[in-house]
Amino acid sequence: MENKLIDHILHLADTTLILAQRNAEWCGHGPILEQDIAITNISLDLLGQSRNFYQYAAILIGGDTDEDKLAYLRKEREFKNLLLVEQPNGDWGQTILRQYFFSQYQYLLFEKLQNSKDEQLAAISAKALKEIKYHLRWSSEWVVRLGDGTGESRSRMLKAIDELWRYTGEMFVPAAYETAVDIISLKNEWEQKVKTIFEESSLPLPENVFMQTGGKQGVHTEHLGYILAELQYVQRAYPNSTW
Amino acid sequence: MVVDKEISPNKIEQILETVCDPEVPVLTIMDLGIVRDIKINGEEIEIIITPTYTGCPAMDMIAMNIRLALSENGFHKVTITSVLAPAWTTDWMSETGKQKLKAYGIAAPNKKFDIPADGVECPQCNSLNTKLISEFGSTACKALYQCNDCKEPFDYFKCH
Ligand SMILES: [Zn+2]
Repeated sequence: MENKLIDHILHLADTTLILAQRNAEWCGHGPILEQDIAITNISLDLLGQSRNFYQYAAILIGGDTDEDKLAYLRKEREFKNLLLVEQPNGDWGQTILRQYFFSQYQYLLFEKLQNSKDEQLAAISAKALKEIKYHLRWSSEWVVRLGDGTGESRSRMLKAIDELWRYTGEMFVPAAYETAVDIISLKNEWEQKVKTIFEESSLPLPENVFMQTGGKQGVHTEHLGYILAELQYVQRAYPNSTW
Repeated sequence: MVVDKEISPNKIEQILETVCDPEVPVLTIMDLGIVRDIKINGEEIEIIITPTYTGCPAMDMIAMNIRLALSENGFHKVTITSVLAPAWTTDWMSETGKQKLKAYGIAAPNKKFDIPADGVECPQCNSLNTKLISEFGSTACKALYQCNDCKEPFDYFKCH
């Protein structure tokens, strides 16, 4: 029972950490200054969420584990993040679409988790939900702007959908440790919300796409290893170094 | 004879009134409503704080500054506990805090602009003819605006 909870918390921690890291890659490279600041703000929110989850996991695991060890010293096969969040940034459109798919899912998920029987999980989720509302509004507005924008922006969104859609199915396939909430029940609402935004953006909803899974169990696409190589570099090269 | 020195919560509160938010230095942590409780047990003091934003990088510094301020006043047995529930809200910001924000050039949180939109009052010239530039500003808690009348850019402390 306890292990299931730890794994679930780590899955939530890893997913938010990896997306924070991906979004942070935009720092100094955003298309305009305001949006550079927006995507890095979102990154910071996600990093804060991941810290809360890692700190809680560390308490549950006990011993000398702490948030840093969990983030910096676990290997690729131990990371339980969604495949979606480790996908490359691509262009701005692809980053926006990844953020939108995730924020829409995270919003529905955390609405449920905030009522979790586990008090700390509920507290972290309730707090994060306030920020997720901003992420969701911002990213959905951008999907509409790009999808319904110029020929160029639209063609890039079509490409982004083609790249990312196959990683969305995994969100709704529960791992053995995901017992705190019935995530299958979120699927229908997520699809409805995405359909609404896509219709507003004149973007087609893909059908019959084979969905990739494995991230929740630690089986990742080739991208995660590179992310961790960069993220964990200092701790690997200089063990126990601190700021 | 040993005289017990009673620590009064008032005294502690006064000291905490001197600890400022590192990112918005006109606001004290009391103005912000970050301090949720002060527990005194003999010589031991426990300060219960709650983060504003999940990822607010100022929280570690705030905890350290609380420790320093108390230590300077001779209180050394200090525990700082961070709690997440109930989640912090801008409703806990004091009226004095809101006035200080405005004087500093930041528009205070306003329920009418729960979702940031054009029309937040300009803290410089009080015009309502203002436009939202970005929902995300220089820190997680602020949105960026510009006044169409006096042309000054300004930050709006978002409702949370
Ligand atoms: Zn003005």
